[in-house]
Amino acid sequence: MFSYNVKLALKSMRRNLILTALMIAAIGVGIGISMTTMTVYYMMNGNPIPDKSDVLFAITMDSWSPLRPFNDDKPERAPHQLTFHDAERLLALGEGKRQTAMFESSLIIEPVNEDELPFEAGARVASSDFFTMFNVPFIYGSGWDKSADAAAEPVVVLTKQLNERLFGGENSVGKQLIMQGTYFQVAGVIDTWEPTPRFYDPINGAFQEINEMFIPYSLTLPLELQSAGSDWGWKAEDITSFEQWLNSESSWVQYFVELESPRDREAYVAHLDAYVGEQKLLGRFERPMNNNVYNVMEWMDYHEVVANDSKVLVGLSFLFLTVCLLSTIALLLTKFVGKKSETSLRRALGASRKVIFNQQLVEVAVIGCVGGLIGLLLATAGLKGIQVLYEAPDGLVSLDWVMVMTAIGLAVVSSMIAGLYPAWRVCKIPPAAQLKTQ
Amino acid sequence: MLQMTGVQKTYRTELVETNALRDMTVSVNDGEFVAVTGSSGSGKTTFLNIAGLLESFEHGTYQLDGENVSRLNDDERSTYRNQKIGFIFQSFNLIPDLNLFENVDVPLRYRRLSKSDRKQRIEHALETVGLASRMKHVPAQLSGGQQQRVAIARALAGNPKILLADEPTGNLDSTMAHQVLDLLEEIHADGTTIVMVTHDQDLAKRAERNIHLLDGCVAEEEFIEPLAATA
Repeated sequence: MFSYNVKLALKSMRRNLILTALMIAAIGVGIGISMTTMTVYYMMNGNPIPDKSDVLFAITMDSWSPLRPFNDDKPERAPHQLTFHDAERLLALGEGKRQTAMFESSLIIEPVNEDELPFEAGARVASSDFFTMFNVPFIYGSGWDKSADAAAEPVVVLTKQLNERLFGGENSVGKQLIMQGTYFQVAGVIDTWEPTPRFYDPINGAFQEINEMFIPYSLTLPLELQSAGSDWGWKAEDITSFEQWLNSESSWVQYFVELESPRDREAYVAHLDAYVGEQKLLGRFERPMNNNVYNVMEWMDYHEVVANDSKVLVGLSFLFLTVCLLSTIALLLTKFVGKKSETSLRRALGASRKVIFNQQLVEVAVIGCVGGLIGLLLATAGLKGIQVLYEAPDGLVSLDWVMVMTAIGLAVVSSMIAGLYPAWRVCKIPPAAQLKTQ
Repeated sequence: MLQMTGVQKTYRTELVETNALRDMTVSVNDGEFVAVTGSSGSGKTTFLNIAGLLESFEHGTYQLDGENVSRLNDDERSTYRNQKIGFIFQSFNLIPDLNLFENVDVPLRYRRLSKSDRKQRIEHALETVGLASRMKHVPAQLSGGQQQRVAIARALAGNPKILLADEPTGNLDSTMAHQVLDLLEEIHADGTTIVMVTHDQDLAKRAERNIHLLDGCVAEEEFIEPLAATA
């Protein structure tokens, strides 16, 4: 019966093309707009590392000025980054299962081929645990090990794109490249890795592309690596050397720890409190004790990765979809009432109200399905427009299969809901009167 | 086959109450060909709608094929209509964008018959009315008489116990009307019970019995001699 109803639906849709086109357009536009905003929201709000998001924690410690809070609007908040020497101490204490201190930098690469000009590439300066903690996939080699951290070995992990540029995409593990006048040995090449949002560094942009390469954090001092990310300070300090800067109260290092289980977070905060307690005895951390750990999703909320505007926009777009569906209800009423003679005939020939109701709903579902496909095309165009407008990286705002299925499902379900009343109305028409007056 | 006893049907609006059928008692035997006549407003169509389970009624009882069908729910009434009753309407009531095969297929679809069974029944029904060669045509490609024959094929395809015809020749010229009547007589000769509503006394004379309605009641019943016998 379902296939028969689909066949009848297609015939009925062809019978009044203008009405059908209007309904499909109403659903398509509604779905297109709501899916565009929902996709943006979904990409912003998605869990970028679902299997570990509850055991990975970003750390904040309040080393800010005793005279005023880090954020006047939210005085309970500590600075989002640590000082270099605090990060060094926490790494040395190694209380968590894994940990990484990190910051953004950029280095000049001198190509092996002398015909090519040197170029600048973004780097993430991080600890060896970074790759295991964040499930970074490799196509060649791996991250460096702890001995490379300890010995400040000049090793590098490249992205697939940079490896393509430098070595034509071949297995470059063991090969060398020159940066800052130092020979770096390639330890590994990572496969496509696009955590969205970029949860490990929302401070410098949750929707930026990942850095082009990764080098050990322990190289910071010997190579005098400068931070290319945000850097906050509150204390007027007389800084004349790189070492003085590393020992300053400037906060520019991000710190993540991986714990065995979410239950261990209290113990880790106690560990931070103990560390800060020691520092207070040395005259630092003059503000009240305020150490916190945030799991990945809390860290995204903390940085308002999904702006309130986006939430409002999603709400408005669904309101617009509702308006489109109300228009569809009116059009469906016109359409269904226009076929009351045929419906009455079918009732006379043995179709129960239930059968007629189902037939109308199948027709609405087919219209919804076509509307959903049109909506998908509009959403794709809308997302492309957003990508161009905000200069977002390729693939950041695009429809994945979940969103495609959601669009079709939403179109079919919402149009069927819109079709309930018109279908019910047409079922209630007494058949006898229509048969005589045809 | 059909037994109505004391059936009453009233149509109500905010201002007016109309008694369409008043204490109506009618009986139609198996295999009988009955004409129901009467002036406009006499209750002919209401009688046919109730007989076809298209409308309910307030008082009285109605037995169809030996079963009381007075108080059935919508599903049961639909099943009865589909399996025991064939309808022929004055305005043919064919679905314009379905071809003849698909039009005849409509009631069979609701009976959930197999594809091969439906095909066999449809082809046989269209052969009976002489339109088997045109089963891929749409109604607009046929004359009025041919369209009514398709409607008859649609009614016959389900092998109904009773055929209810509402002014089946009302939209046809006299030649086509006689062709359709000839066809109905053939169907009746094969044993199908037919109840035909008409205001045309000449057509009514081709039935075996004429029930004349007046103001929602049976005013007169007349058994008609076969034409061959009167000749």
